[in-house]
Amino acid sequence: MSISEVFAKAKAEDRAVLVGCMPAGFPTVEHSIASMKAMAEAGCDVIEVELPYSDPVMDGPVIQRASDIALAGGVRTRDTLRAIEAVAATGTAVVLMTYWNPIEKYGVDAFARDLAAAGATGLITPDLIPDEAGEWIAASDRHGIDRTFLVSPSSTDDRIAMTTGHCRGFVYATALMGVTGARTSVSQQAPELVARVRAAAPDLPVGVGLGVGTGAQAAEVAAFADGVIVGSALVRCVLEAPDAATGERRLRELSAELAEGVRSR
Amino acid sequence: MSTEHLPDLAGHFGRFGGRFVPEALVRALDELDAVYRKAKTDPVFQERFAGLLRDYAGTPSLLYRAERLSAALGAEVLLKREDLNHTGAHKVRNVLGQALLTREMGKRRVIAETGAGQHGVASATAAALLDLECVVYMGEVDTERQALNVARMRMLGATVVPVTAGSRTLKDALNEALRDWVSSVDTTHYLLGTAAGPHPFPEIVRDFVGGIGVEAREQCLTQLGRLPDAVTACVGGGSNAIGIFHAFVGDEAVRLYGFEAGGDGVGTGRHAASITGGSLGVLHGARTFVLQDDDGQTVESHSISAGLDYPGVGPEHAWLHETGRAVYEPVTDAEAMAAFQLLCRTEGIIPAIESAHALAGTAKIIPALAAELGRTPTVVVNLSGRGDKDVHTAGAYFGILADNETIVPGENA
Repeated sequence: MSISEVFAKAKAEDRAVLVGCMPAGFPTVEHSIASMKAMAEAGCDVIEVELPYSDPVMDGPVIQRASDIALAGGVRTRDTLRAIEAVAATGTAVVLMTYWNPIEKYGVDAFARDLAAAGATGLITPDLIPDEAGEWIAASDRHGIDRTFLVSPSSTDDRIAMTTGHCRGFVYATALMGVTGARTSVSQQAPELVARVRAAAPDLPVGVGLGVGTGAQAAEVAAFADGVIVGSALVRCVLEAPDAATGERRLRELSAELAEGVRSR
Repeated sequence: MSTEHLPDLAGHFGRFGGRFVPEALVRALDELDAVYRKAKTDPVFQERFAGLLRDYAGTPSLLYRAERLSAALGAEVLLKREDLNHTGAHKVRNVLGQALLTREMGKRRVIAETGAGQHGVASATAAALLDLECVVYMGEVDTERQALNVARMRMLGATVVPVTAGSRTLKDALNEALRDWVSSVDTTHYLLGTAAGPHPFPEIVRDFVGGIGVEAREQCLTQLGRLPDAVTACVGGGSNAIGIFHAFVGDEAVRLYGFEAGGDGVGTGRHAASITGGSLGVLHGARTFVLQDDDGQTVESHSISAGLDYPGVGPEHAWLHETGRAVYEPVTDAEAMAAFQLLCRTEGIIPAIESAHALAGTAKIIPALAAELGRTPTVVVNLSGRGDKDVHTAGAYFGILADNETIVPGENA
């Protein structure tokens, strides 16, 4: 299913889409695949696979730690593509989130081709703004990959218009000025940002991320956004579990709680 | 060839530079760019900056004809004495400029990253002078090997935050500073320490340290009546090098040499030579040469010099390398330390180990340069910093710490 279809379906059901994030290869490639399948089974509509990177400047401590573990375990770019393929094969919509340098190193066009072949429908680029994305825009058009750029509370209206104009599938609205990581309350800046995005691009679904980690927070965000993006809280289930079985149980429980949240807007 | 017109409006030096940053930072970078453009042509700002450089930092720094070193190297060697500046290095020029810009933007907090601690000390100094709150991110490994600089920063009123992520060195300190900035950008200026990072930092830092080259060029004309045959500098991120190169780029007869930290040797993989031993990539906001593996993961750098121990390089150096206007070569730890000792013994000047790389590289290029010119060459070396901070490292390297003194990591003298 494409991202647009996932959002259309959720809209028809009068609910928000739940996007769950997990770094590939954390703590091993197979374990991360199992985690992502569990998340999907328990209610995540879209799996956002993060490609572990050595210098993740948009990520807080939890995802940094998970990325470090994955890299220390020897995960390679091709392993991330393998994880995407395994999850996409179950019929779940999969998008990739990655910092830009690994794609540039792989070769931009080859990466878009292989990402499409693996079954991913889109790519989220936290440190690539449309201003520098000429090569990616061309490659993603060629291979039919949706483009998700980020907008932030600090974005001007002009930049929101420009950025959403280059998105396809959905736009990622960062709920607050900060890095990934669960927060105790939902940012007050988020509803205003979403309203500004809608004014610029009425037909483009808006996913909100950063700081959402509970069912109640998911419900709060689902009240004004089309999608709720959860990363660190899910990753923490695995990071802090004493064993794999406990980690997977917590992952399913939290996914189910979040899935209920996005349905109780 | 001239780079007067570079970077372009979006911060590109040819295919290098640009802005590879989270969208959250774009507005702050645009604001910084706008404030800088205004300051560049604002006589009040320029006079304030010039006044601080003159009365506070102690510039223009001397251009010193090093006679005994010249005799030892077979060239006429002139040292641009940035080591005599307040805080002991060229970096004071950049921090004073950026601290003034911070005030122009109405911000009262600065953050900085530091490796050896030199930029951290300089930032803490400028923050104290201009009454700004200052937080310095420093890799935990570096806080241990540069404990004295940590104390200096704290004396000056700065908060030093040891960074425990990743390899716990300069690149991780930079990551953490960027994370802080993403969260605090409304009230905080990121006082970036080198001519790297996203646009407009490479241009701003180049311009603030560009006085080095402007002064050196004038001093050459006054003291020698002509321009030098070559200008040399060490290159980590590249601020001291771009600072002395920039004024000479249009002088085609003046050769420009940048010496990177070759560590154990570029062939060993244990080095910090991004141009001569790295490949094209994107790191910390710009496209440039990067030490990375086949997957584009940043590889840890190695150098005896903490200030050069960084896996990237400023985009303008990547451009000068690609166009051939400047030549970049690696210098090993051993070569740098031999030059360090040579300067101590011939001139009574203890250089920063960073600057010793410039001296070592200069020694290496002199024979070929002399042969090419058919005469004794005249070379200006940027002596970017003094070696006080390196006494412990160098003392341990040469095995000359007092017999009854135990070497305790973290107790640098």
